[in-house]
Amino acid sequence: MSDIIFHVFAFLTIGSSVAVVINHNAVNSALAFLVGLFGVAGLFVLLDSFLLAVLMILVYAGAVVALFLFIIMLLDMKGGERKAFSKPTAIAGLIGAALLAVCSTSLAKGFNLLPPADAASVIPVGATLRNYADQLFTVYLLPVQVVGFLLLIAMLGVIVLSKKFEGLEDVK
Amino acid sequence: MSSIGLFHYLMVATLMFSIGFVGVLIRKNTLVIYMCLELMLVASTIALVAFSRFNGTMDGNVFVFFILTVAAAEVAVGLAIIVALFRRRQTVQVEELNALKN
Repeated sequence: MSDIIFHVFAFLTIGSSVAVVINHNAVNSALAFLVGLFGVAGLFVLLDSFLLAVLMILVYAGAVVALFLFIIMLLDMKGGERKAFSKPTAIAGLIGAALLAVCSTSLAKGFNLLPPADAASVIPVGATLRNYADQLFTVYLLPVQVVGFLLLIAMLGVIVLSKKFEGLEDVK
Repeated sequence: MSSIGLFHYLMVATLMFSIGFVGVLIRKNTLVIYMCLELMLVASTIALVAFSRFNGTMDGNVFVFFILTVAAAEVAVGLAIIVALFRRRQTVQVEELNALKN
């Protein structure tokens, strides 16, 4: 049963990622990204990380995609005419495809060298909130404070960036 | 007994990362490029959570926690930069943003 659910969520994730890339309209891309995030949250639930699944929906789907949609509508972009790829872009795309091929074949071939533990035999430590609290307030206490400071700096940076400076208009 | 193992989750993460990478290369709209960057970030979180689950450790999960925070801050700053850029240049298409070229 969980196999079928995994395949559904994996298909949702991959399919909507493709939709993000190939959609011509930026709004459609953002909505496809939203669907993909729900797929990722489903995968997290299957991996017994319930807190991260909820956070994924709250932070990404709730805040990030909403911000993206807001900016897309604020800027009110035209569709933009399609232009042929320049030569470097085409070469870079080919290199990317080759990297993907190498990556997936090596993953598929060399994976059984070190078989992972079976999911049923490993305790799902990510399932309980208590483990997060234990880690975040002991081992990772300094990173938590640094991340809080980072959020403060980001907020100040956004305020400065979106402010209009009167004297700087002639510096074009 | 489920037959879905670490390999399947890593495969999903790899595919998603590559799709995001290709999107960064082929798209011309800065906002969509930014969305593809986010796709790559999310793909890496899938791999981290999967490794964490199949090894029975907390570190990957906590890492994803921090990645989410940093991603939120990064999106806010990045979109502010894009808006400032649009105010000055009236475009967000990358092929028209070539002031530093020559």
